Amino acid sequence: MNQIIQLSATELAAKLRAGEITSVQAVQAHLDRIAEVDGGERGVHAFLHVNTEEALAVAAEVDAIRAAGGADAQALHPFAGVPIAVKDLIVTKGQPTTAASKMLEGWMSPYDATVIEKIRAAKLPMLGKTNLDEFAMGSSTEHSAYGPTRNPWDLDRIPGGSGGGSAAAVAAFEAPLALGTDTGGSIRQPGAVTGTVGVKPTYGGVSRYGAIAMASSLDQIGPVTRTVLDSAYLHELIGGHDPADSTSLNEPVPALVAAAEQGASGDMTGVRVGVIKELQGEGYEAGVQERFNESLEALRAAGAEIVEVSCPNFKYALGAYYLIMPSEVSSNLAKFDGVRFGTRVLPTQGPLTIERVMGATRAAGFGDEVKRRIILGTYALSAGYYDAYYGSAQKVRTLIQRDFDAAFEQADVLISPTSPTVAFELGSKTDDPLAMYLNDVATIPANMAGIPGITVPGGLSEGLPVGIQFLAPAREDARLYRAGAALEKLLEDKWGGRLLDQAPELSAATTGGVA
Amino acid sequence: MAMHQEELVDFDVALEKYDPVLGFEVHVELNTKTKMFSSAPNVFGDTPNTNVTPVCLGLPGVLPVVNKTAVEYAIMIGLALNCKIAERCGFARKNYFYPDTPKNFQTSQYDDPIAYDGWIDIELSDGEVFRVEIERAHMEEDAGKLTHMGGSTGRIQGADYSLVDYNRSGVPLVEIVTKTIEGAGKRAPELAKAYVAAIREIVKALDVSDAKMERGNVRCDANVSLMLKGAEKFGTRTETKNVNSLRAVEHAVRFEIERHAAVLNSGAAIVQETRHWHEDTRTTTSGRPKSDADDYRYFPEPDLVPVITTVEWIEELRSRLPEPPAERRKRLQADWGYSDAEFRDVVNAGVTEAIEETIAAGTTAAVARKWWMGEIARLAKNADKDVADLGVTSATIVELNSLIESKKINDKIARQVLEFVVAGEGTPSEVVEKRSLAVVNDDSALGAAIDAAMEAMPDVVAKVKGGKLQAIGALMGPVMKATRGQADAGRVRELVLEKLGIEG
Amino acid sequence: MSAISREDVAHLAQLAHIEMSDAELDKMTGELGVIVESIASVSEAASADVPATTHPIALSNVFREDVVGPTLTAEEALMNAPDSVDTRFKVPAILDGE
Repeated sequence: MNQIIQLSATELAAKLRAGEITSVQAVQAHLDRIAEVDGGERGVHAFLHVNTEEALAVAAEVDAIRAAGGADAQALHPFAGVPIAVKDLIVTKGQPTTAASKMLEGWMSPYDATVIEKIRAAKLPMLGKTNLDEFAMGSSTEHSAYGPTRNPWDLDRIPGGSGGGSAAAVAAFEAPLALGTDTGGSIRQPGAVTGTVGVKPTYGGVSRYGAIAMASSLDQIGPVTRTVLDSAYLHELIGGHDPADSTSLNEPVPALVAAAEQGASGDMTGVRVGVIKELQGEGYEAGVQERFNESLEALRAAGAEIVEVSCPNFKYALGAYYLIMPSEVSSNLAKFDGVRFGTRVLPTQGPLTIERVMGATRAAGFGDEVKRRIILGTYALSAGYYDAYYGSAQKVRTLIQRDFDAAFEQADVLISPTSPTVAFELGSKTDDPLAMYLNDVATIPANMAGIPGITVPGGLSEGLPVGIQFLAPAREDARLYRAGAALEKLLEDKWGGRLLDQAPELSAATTGGVA
Repeated sequence: MAMHQEELVDFDVALEKYDPVLGFEVHVELNTKTKMFSSAPNVFGDTPNTNVTPVCLGLPGVLPVVNKTAVEYAIMIGLALNCKIAERCGFARKNYFYPDTPKNFQTSQYDDPIAYDGWIDIELSDGEVFRVEIERAHMEEDAGKLTHMGGSTGRIQGADYSLVDYNRSGVPLVEIVTKTIEGAGKRAPELAKAYVAAIREIVKALDVSDAKMERGNVRCDANVSLMLKGAEKFGTRTETKNVNSLRAVEHAVRFEIERHAAVLNSGAAIVQETRHWHEDTRTTTSGRPKSDADDYRYFPEPDLVPVITTVEWIEELRSRLPEPPAERRKRLQADWGYSDAEFRDVVNAGVTEAIEETIAAGTTAAVARKWWMGEIARLAKNADKDVADLGVTSATIVELNSLIESKKINDKIARQVLEFVVAGEGTPSEVVEKRSLAVVNDDSALGAAIDAAMEAMPDVVAKVKGGKLQAIGALMGPVMKATRGQADAGRVRELVLEKLGIEG
Repeated sequence: MSAISREDVAHLAQLAHIEMSDAELDKMTGELGVIVESIASVSEAASADVPATTHPIALSNVFREDVVGPTLTAEEALMNAPDSVDTRFKVPAILDGE
């Protein structure tokens, strides 16, 4: 494996600044890796679109500015020239955006998402768009209309979802950085099962403008990386107030890089870590529980005060989530009707009216999981059911917030396994929606309450990654970076290196790609 | 599509048996510079789909942001309608599929309005004041514009396909909803018209809307039901949509009363439905019945946050309100010196602003009233149009008046000129020029005509010489005939007297 | 709370403008039944005095000044249109014309 792609984004950025390698070399190395492991018969299939020309052009531009030196070079963002992959739920000019749906096959956005504008301004070459469950609905990336992504740790297993593409791309060294979106765990759960780092920022911390909405009151864009420090840099880059998003927090981004650097000492003295009683035990695999307990021990040894907290209303969180999320989905996805953009499908028989064209378009353009959620949401909002369903779910949301408020009285950060299981085999849960939904049981409460969460690698169970989740109060994202970086340091010291160093070697031979 | 003739009962007969119950939903398009939730220009009539942003098209990924000025205008409307202003209110999504609605939901305040519980006093033609209670005024967004193509009528029925322009999509609207209006009786149609006229007058005075009904800036949905006199329970109502002129509002209410009475008299039931108004036939036809399809699945708009109003903000907006219409009318009547009856007629004719503008442009109050209540009103009646829709402006009247004062034309010709202006032939001066309507003041030409008339009527000349000056009138006919009506009567009289050596 | 029936699903599909075959309706009815049952407890979780949370982070009065910003060109507006005439989107008839 090329040494360049092994570097973390922070390491790569340092070498670019030092002139040891060029951005074009870095981008090309990642493009080569994508060609090698992504596209073959058993390829990772993290990418739906590879943005070769533009990525190289941006890289060349950065190299030229650096070569010229002077004020322009000084003004470059620290990560200028470091390539990034973008979840294909985020709209981009010049590259197709599909949301992994047939509905948007070939759709070209005439505008950039706010986070993409920031990525462009900082001159990070975009490697391409990554795979996801259709419209971000799923926990395995098997609901992509363009085929599943494979977990780089075991190509017969799922990479998590919905952001399996971004997580797998980072885990397979196809990109050092990626953007994800997290509505109920779509950044954190894939991070857990691929042995990578992912952060869901405080709701409103990163602009949602240009992220194709799944559930507006739950969605957040966040970083997907291999190290906590890389996530901190990317989070600071994409975060901050955006007047185009009415729910955007009008306050400065917290000092996340500084917090990650502080945590990297491994010292947790004086930090109260709350173990959420309800997010362990039944339903959590023994191997997951073991790694979780080891992490607690490591934190305790590093000076953390471990306390147990109880969040009794979490038992309603999954149910409330599966009312609020589909309700918002049913409305947010109404715009996909074949009138202004996207696929239009004509009815095969009967009169040709717009009503019937919409019906045929949505029947053909949406996959089963999307339809399920639209119908469920339509049901939850419909006359006679609203109070019992949507109304009650919003009250549960209040109860979950109160649980968190009480828990954060006792603890600075909360901790739990990110996912109750390690990566399961492709196809094993596709016929059982409810079993699939249970994958997000530990990640959903944070979205319901709007608070931030991070997943960091916690070791292996049966040779597959386990993720450890930290949660912090709203606007206290910095605490996640301190705790996350500390645990990362403590565990890497124990392992004698990164978790991903233990991953099986991927090559053209194993994936059927281009050597 | 076959249009069957609706059975009607004569209006007066219907009102002997039934009491009408009314309700109005008036949509006012605000004249903000930008749209409700996007910074696209709020401009009428540009090339289709050029005043749009990704938000107006409902593209994937877009988010709305509320226009502060639209909120302030909505509060001002609420204050002018004596409403309470909500301390806290929000937006909801009204979910339904229609190709003019880009997100397939409309963002509306629905049951969480910024203004509620108000009233407005409506003065009827007999001087009686009728208080209409306002349920609420809430903010929402307009839809795009559909044009139905193919078929014969340009209507939705029978069209082959439709074209969509989203320039209007997202234009800020304030919907003003009345409480149920009872007790209007026979004056229900008149009240309907006067109510909409009053709303239009208010939003125009506030300068929060262009208030042009012909452009759809003010649109009325009229709810009508009948109940047997003495009954306690309201009848089933129909909602006639998008009635877009004052006269149409009056006619639509009258038509629905006559139609409802016929249906009820036949023993049948009124179907709760929307009705479409047809200006050409002055009838309504059935739209779609209210059904399950109207399950709009309202829920709070998660992409927008609540609006919280402070007392300081509301009072600042209240200080921007113009003089209330009733006080303004009192002041104008005094300024113009009109009698009560004269002024009420002016108000009822809806020409108060027109007269005010005309006076401001340089005529006397008497001249302005003479034109707007006289010839212009007559032309409107003949053309079956609202005065506002004739195309006559204050500038037209000022120009016409100055042509009269400079003796270029006389009063009679001025009336003809106005007719040609209304017909679209140009400004008064252009019409006079084009049609050679200038009064003959040329004394030699006039003199010849007068000489001929005097020669033909020696007896008349004798009478005049004998002191019967009013006999001059008899000479006028032949002189006018000779000059094709373009002689100035005053000048003819002067010349006759001059020729006979009589002091005028 | 009553179980979700096949008729309910057919009606919901109509409201959501998604055509469904008989087989799809059957399958969807079964799946939704299981899901609805599993989330039914939510309606009993919260008592009447618990306020609803619509937004996870409470903000208010987020406004935009009334200033015109950039617009799309007609070309950009229509670049993804399935069908168009001049600068307008074209859609099939709204009503079933017989």
